[in-house]
Amino acid sequence: MTDAILVANHLVKTYTQRSGKFGFGTTLVKALDDVSISLTTGKTLAVVGESGSGKSTLARCLLQLQPLDSGEVLFSGQDLAKLDSATLRSVRKNLQMVFQDPFASLNPRMRVGEIVGEGLLIHGLGSSAEQQQKVIAMLKRVGLTEADMQKYPHEFSGGQRQRVGIARALVLRPKVVVCDEPVSALDVSIQAQILLLLKELQAEMALSYLFISHDLRVVRHIADDIVVMHHGKVVEHGSVEEIYQRPQHEYTRNLLAAIPGKKAVNA
Amino acid sequence: MNGIEMNQASPLLQMQQVSIASKKMPSRLLVNRVSFSIDPGKTTCVVGESGSGKSLTALSVMGLLSKQLQLTSGKIVFNDGQSGAQDLTKLDEASLRKIRGAKIAMIFQEPMTSLNPVLTVGYQIGESLTTHLGIKGDKLKVKIASLLEMVGIPPSRANSYPDELSGGQRQRVMIAMSIACEPCLLIADEPTTALDVTVQAQILKLLDELKTRMNMGMLFITHDFGVVADIADYVVVMFRGEIVESGTKQQILNHPQHPYTKALLACVPDAEGKKPLKPIDYAWLPENQRTQQVANEISEATV
Repeated sequence: MTDAILVANHLVKTYTQRSGKFGFGTTLVKALDDVSISLTTGKTLAVVGESGSGKSTLARCLLQLQPLDSGEVLFSGQDLAKLDSATLRSVRKNLQMVFQDPFASLNPRMRVGEIVGEGLLIHGLGSSAEQQQKVIAMLKRVGLTEADMQKYPHEFSGGQRQRVGIARALVLRPKVVVCDEPVSALDVSIQAQILLLLKELQAEMALSYLFISHDLRVVRHIADDIVVMHHGKVVEHGSVEEIYQRPQHEYTRNLLAAIPGKKAVNA
Repeated sequence: MNGIEMNQASPLLQMQQVSIASKKMPSRLLVNRVSFSIDPGKTTCVVGESGSGKSLTALSVMGLLSKQLQLTSGKIVFNDGQSGAQDLTKLDEASLRKIRGAKIAMIFQEPMTSLNPVLTVGYQIGESLTTHLGIKGDKLKVKIASLLEMVGIPPSRANSYPDELSGGQRQRVMIAMSIACEPCLLIADEPTTALDVTVQAQILKLLDELKTRMNMGMLFITHDFGVVADIADYVVVMFRGEIVESGTKQQILNHPQHPYTKALLACVPDAEGKKPLKPIDYAWLPENQRTQQVANEISEATV
């Protein structure tokens, strides 16, 4: 496929876990077991699965935040694992992440302006005045104000903090954004705002999203393609319509059945 | 139904005009004259966004409000059918301690932070059994094993530390802890918010079963109407510290009256993808009050 921006082939990642009496024994847990995915440019690929299914490990391994046991991650044809750390850092500009917990992922001692501008600083993009301008523009774009630059994360609500997290990721003009459960820590009433924002930004900046979620209600509204993971394996993949209309795998059916509020629909 | 009507004469818990304010600003009520009741074997869901006072309401029942807050008015009448009706707000710390864990138990939102990381989960489950019922030794081990089994964790995991369990398992441990002494009232403060959908469905089912089996009343706090639809008997909708609407599940879900309830229902994403995504709508509020919501959220986050 030529239009795939991020391709992962046969990823394997194992963890060792203490087990047995007093935890003297060890068992191997396969977090990723021969996982292959491909993210099309400008599209959203959702990775769904329960906790422990390996979806967050997948995200971290894709961004080389964790070493892989085997397999390759190709970003625009480049194998990320083979790059030296300096090159990898410059490539990372294009691969950004929005984290799950907006309360834990922002440094409480940094002002929002610094948090959002840090990436620009690290990658040495533009003069400080230009960086300032970019930060302000980005904050405005995600629905915050210039005055918010001087504030600390605790002064914001959960939804606003997630906006800061999105601004931090997007200020570098990345090509791929990995969203690791970006709305699952938010109130249902705030989720829609953030999802709409993500969709708008995708159209504007031609972003490709890898959207990790366990909530199939949310995925339905944002994804183009879906990968279903279970116990470290990809059990099913396909377009949104296929998965929702004709789930093939038993586990996918279970996931769909677990969506809360089914009873109300049937009642 | 199953004979529950008989019990309805005396509710398990009655919140009567409960108001909570911070001690520094007693005039600004964080919870404003909230009244509702919980029947044995029934689930009352309190729904609202963050900052609506739903967690404070739950904490006040347990007498666990932070020192900066105070109950400014109201009664919390608890009637377990044995020791008669008691006003929980009037009890001293020692008598409250006897009720907490034994008769009223609570499941907290974050299983990661509410378990002690340096104690095995078995020990933590057994703690309340020893304290309240004096169960020790082998009997305790058997009881812990059966509790773990009940919540769907292999009993061998009793020697595991919380960090060795997944989020869903930790929440199950929390549930095992809370139901250990067979309480008659269970308060669940967003017990599934941190969990994923399949586990959420399991936990909700588990709570529902336990509730029926032990004829337990449940105060269930959530912001997700999907969850409400699955578990509630009665629904109380809170907004900025006040109850804007309450009624049976059918009334609230099918015929919401208050514009806030309607707005909240509208922003729940549907699995069919038919309904467009819609952010919460405050258009029904007078213009000058619309921005206050954010201020409230922040004040809660910084408490």
